[in-house]
Amino acid sequence: MRKLNEVVAACPPSGIRRFFDIAAEMDDVISLGVGEPDFATPWRVREAGIFALERGFTTYTGNAGLPKLRRLVCDDLAARYGAHYAWDGECLITTGVSEGLDLALRVLLNPGDEVIVPEPCYVAYEPCVRFAGGVPVRVATRAEDGFAVDAAAVAAAVTPRTKAVLLGSPANPTGAVQPRAALEALVRLAQEHDLYLVSDEIYDRLTYVGAHTCLGALPGARERTVVLGGFSKSHAMTGWRVGWICAPAPVAELCVRVHQYTMLCAPHVSQLAAVEALEHADDDVAAMVADYDRRRRVFVAGLRDLGLACPEPTGAFYAFPSIRGTGLSSAAFAEGLLHSQHVAVVPGDVFGPSGEGHVRCSYATALPLLQEALERIGRFLAGL
Amino acid sequence: MREILELLERDAHLSHETLATMTGRPVEQVAAQVAAWEASGVIRRYTAVVDWDRAAAEQGDGAGDEAVTAFIDVAVAPARSVGFDDVALRIARFPEVRSVYLVSGGHDLRCTVTGRSIRAVSDFVSRKLSTIDRVQSTATHFVLRAYKRAGVAFVDAEPDHRLPVTP
Repeated sequence: MRKLNEVVAACPPSGIRRFFDIAAEMDDVISLGVGEPDFATPWRVREAGIFALERGFTTYTGNAGLPKLRRLVCDDLAARYGAHYAWDGECLITTGVSEGLDLALRVLLNPGDEVIVPEPCYVAYEPCVRFAGGVPVRVATRAEDGFAVDAAAVAAAVTPRTKAVLLGSPANPTGAVQPRAALEALVRLAQEHDLYLVSDEIYDRLTYVGAHTCLGALPGARERTVVLGGFSKSHAMTGWRVGWICAPAPVAELCVRVHQYTMLCAPHVSQLAAVEALEHADDDVAAMVADYDRRRRVFVAGLRDLGLACPEPTGAFYAFPSIRGTGLSSAAFAEGLLHSQHVAVVPGDVFGPSGEGHVRCSYATALPLLQEALERIGRFLAGL
Repeated sequence: MREILELLERDAHLSHETLATMTGRPVEQVAAQVAAWEASGVIRRYTAVVDWDRAAAEQGDGAGDEAVTAFIDVAVAPARSVGFDDVALRIARFPEVRSVYLVSGGHDLRCTVTGRSIRAVSDFVSRKLSTIDRVQSTATHFVLRAYKRAGVAFVDAEPDHRLPVTP
């Protein structure tokens, strides 16, 4: 047979997969390895989805998505963060942020263009850059800095081929929220070198200390920024596959062009459920966020009591404790913990070399399970 | 502090230490506040929400026999200076009576009454409740099945549908 696509074939499978296979075999495993909410979608949103099915909203929608949903997304961004986008022309409903990321990179990049990716970061960033023909260039962030992006380090990585910077905040896997000053410095750098900024803000509503900064709202950023968001984390709607892109018109227009040929539209029922989510589910979101925050406090305090240094996670639902004190690599720690105590965490190096020495623990897990997991981690540490 | 009350209302098992960590307060402050609420009657009691139908089905030993519940609407002639309060409290003091509310609509009081059997509840209504002074009429609605009580829907918890490890 002739060779398959070289870019895809060269891309390693996600390092998370191996742990999934081991954990799936165990029946009493407590998984802190899950990157999605443990809540079901708020009932009013599910009920709206059921109603949409009953009414027969089972067709395509327009390529860019339901006008009502696009209006709500843009109104919400303006009201919450002061980021202003025209619903008709600067906003597109996608099949989750995953599609949005793929569209943005395909539209921004020409073959060989470099994209600076501060890491540790979400596992899909580098592969998506490669699939779009680009070259990811890693820039390390450090636990000592709260994983804040250092504009000087980014500047040092800029070459004539640099086209964009791709950043997630609040972040998977670190739980870090980029300080406004770091984002402002990044915007100045982007202006200086004429770079695009791709901002993955899927965890925007899940911040526990201070407010989220929408990159598109910062002065000078709007014309060069693609903001990606959605409903998966905030509204516990991962399986509905619905998100959005807000970007300046020339970028948004080309995103729609790719989307109309590859995806056609986001699922109609999911879009109608998302309308309900934006119109009526703020209280449900607030209740979930309050719950995550309480678990976060208990879990982080518990990790620290066990002697694991844990940078304060101020967003998303991940803690990213350091396990350097154990002398183990991230992978050895995660494997040992899984085999001996049946607790699944994700080794930090899966998210980039700077993640080595850490493990990602999701606290989107019921409190009694988190407390049991802490006890098991304590037993694991004591047995080392 | 309202947050602590809400958390306890949902799960009274939470320790003072956990409540303190959850809400970012010193444990001594939480313990003192909860003790003060218990003393003043803000916290009335710690209970379990029991699905009696489930208990009967699982135990098969009569555990569910207490499960006959009725809503009883009571029309009351109000009296000068006390309104409905004296009659309402008189009804509330019976141990069979689980709740008493003053409500708008066709009747004045809505009570929840439990008993071992339909006969027991009927006897209570005819002998005790309807013979109280100024009680003009009653309407009894027997509960056939409880679907949700005290904020808890009586459905089986869904297993965790999430994959054990996801990005």
